[in-house]
Amino acid sequence: MHLPISDKIELNILHQNSHQAEKNKIKFNNYNLLCLNIMSSPGAGKTRLLEITLEDLSTEFQSAVLEGDMTTNLDAARLEKLNIPVVPITTGRACHLDANMVSGGLKLLEKKINPHILDILLVENVGNLVCPAEFEIGEHFKVALLSITEGEDKPLKYPIMFREADLILITKVDLLPHLNFDINELKSNISSTNPKADVIEISSITKSGFDLWQKWISKKIQKFKK
Amino acid sequence: MHEVDMTKCLILSMEEWAEKKNKEKIIVEKINLKIGEFTCVEPISLINTFNAAVLGSWLDSSEITIEKIPFEGKCSKCNRSYFPKKENGYKSPCCNLNLEEIISGRELKIASIDFKEK
Repeated sequence: MHLPISDKIELNILHQNSHQAEKNKIKFNNYNLLCLNIMSSPGAGKTRLLEITLEDLSTEFQSAVLEGDMTTNLDAARLEKLNIPVVPITTGRACHLDANMVSGGLKLLEKKINPHILDILLVENVGNLVCPAEFEIGEHFKVALLSITEGEDKPLKYPIMFREADLILITKVDLLPHLNFDINELKSNISSTNPKADVIEISSITKSGFDLWQKWISKKIQKFKK
Repeated sequence: MHEVDMTKCLILSMEEWAEKKNKEKIIVEKINLKIGEFTCVEPISLINTFNAAVLGSWLDSSEITIEKIPFEGKCSKCNRSYFPKKENGYKSPCCNLNLEEIISGRELKIASIDFKEK
């Protein structure tokens, strides 16, 4: 038996995921396709947001969706009604999408459509405020939703998610008159956790804020395609 | 639950590392990790998950050690480093400003691997 050897490798635990995420990003870039990773807790309104957004975007841009779900294809079925390419990714026990799953989803998408004709790929992650924040998928931007029914303290309780997000959408703001909710406290908690994030208040019922969200997307697509 | 996926990634990284070393001829004694306090990982859960996952495998006798890396930020006004606290919204205690720059705490690393040749 030999003496113990210490191999100092200083390697990221998630390096295999990061490596695949890089490969995904290169593919997106080759397709000239902007990829957004949409994340939130379950029930914050991701799928409803996508339904409205995809309809609004359809006059200007070609979109597709990778739809992450733990056990069902229910959300994918909702989005397929909009006649856009949707690939469901059922994660099984995993509570987030990882770069390999997205790579697999992209391969299925390639069979459905030539991605060169697309402008934007919206990836709806599994509803969870913890794990999706640590697993890159090759996205260009991360969008986190936070509904006002979840409480003002969530950016402090789940700081990684809100720190990592490029844009935070405060959803269900139509409920503000009915709740004892302090939106300024929420915004202050968002600024504390991530002073650089863009923040938009939005309602899928009244459609308020959707103009700003669409503008945000359009700007990102135009800048990306330059 | 995410510790299961972290463990999966860790084992894959170990497999990749061992391929270069001739896996049959080595015994891994310790896998020394550096885990930042501003990550989604709970060290004890990661150790327990790892121990359960490697039972009966080539990593069965290996042990995980974790060095916790403190969550440290830098004040954007006076450049002082500080330990951000959830209780005061991660603000700098010196100038009461929002957390702009993170110096440390986001680490999820395999720092080193202690092994013996058979």
